[in-house]
Amino acid sequence: MVMRDRVVVGAHYGWRDWLVQRISAIVMALYTLLLLALLLWHGGLDYAAWKAIFGNGAFRLATFVFMMSLLWHAWVGVRNIAMDYAKPVGLRLAVQTVVIALLVAYAGWTIQLLWGGQLA
Amino acid sequence: MAALDRPVVKPRPVYLNLLAIRQPLPAVVSILHRASGALLFLIGIPLLLWTVERTLGTAEAWAAMRMTLGHPLAKLVLLLLAWAYLHHLLAGVRHLAMDLHWGMDLASARRSAAVVFVLALVLALAVAVRLW
Repeated sequence: MVMRDRVVVGAHYGWRDWLVQRISAIVMALYTLLLLALLLWHGGLDYAAWKAIFGNGAFRLATFVFMMSLLWHAWVGVRNIAMDYAKPVGLRLAVQTVVIALLVAYAGWTIQLLWGGQLA
Repeated sequence: MAALDRPVVKPRPVYLNLLAIRQPLPAVVSILHRASGALLFLIGIPLLLWTVERTLGTAEAWAAMRMTLGHPLAKLVLLLLAWAYLHHLLAGVRHLAMDLHWGMDLASARRSAAVVFVLALVLALAVAVRLW
């Protein structure tokens, strides 16, 4: 099989990371404003307001989008830090593996919190 | 073979003692952006999830978590994380502004760095007042 039309300019990972970092940041900033507005609307943070805010299905979905943005954002940032300071390949691989495992675990924890029946 | 044995780049002395260089404010804001991000990843995310888990249960669980986070040491951690979130957020907004080529000249960049640095501290102070 002949390889044709192969563009040898890299995989665009850098460009994708750059864009993900910015879009996820905007999502998190908007969620922060939403949460502040909801707390203001409820007249401050107490148990009843907290339960009411998380009792809303749309807010739980928004929280999920926020958490996924946060975890992806954290991955791009921590990976950059690892590439700057963890020079030996083995060490860098170990750090990145642990970080990915943690982030996946945090994603699972988030789903458990939001739809695990605790709020029902 | 002999040519390959020679290093391609000659070792040159590097005069880059980070402790001896007086960092300009934009550099300080930049390294704090990274440090605050690392802090939010290492402590912020697990603490956030744990807190939400503890506070969404019964009213007694909420009260117990309030007590836990009301400990002076816990308050210090919360304050540190609040500052980290604020600094990271504001420095990020500054980044987005620069992506749009806004405030790119040296004077504006220095001014916006100062605004980020001071505003994060002021807002963190407001959080501290609220905590204590």
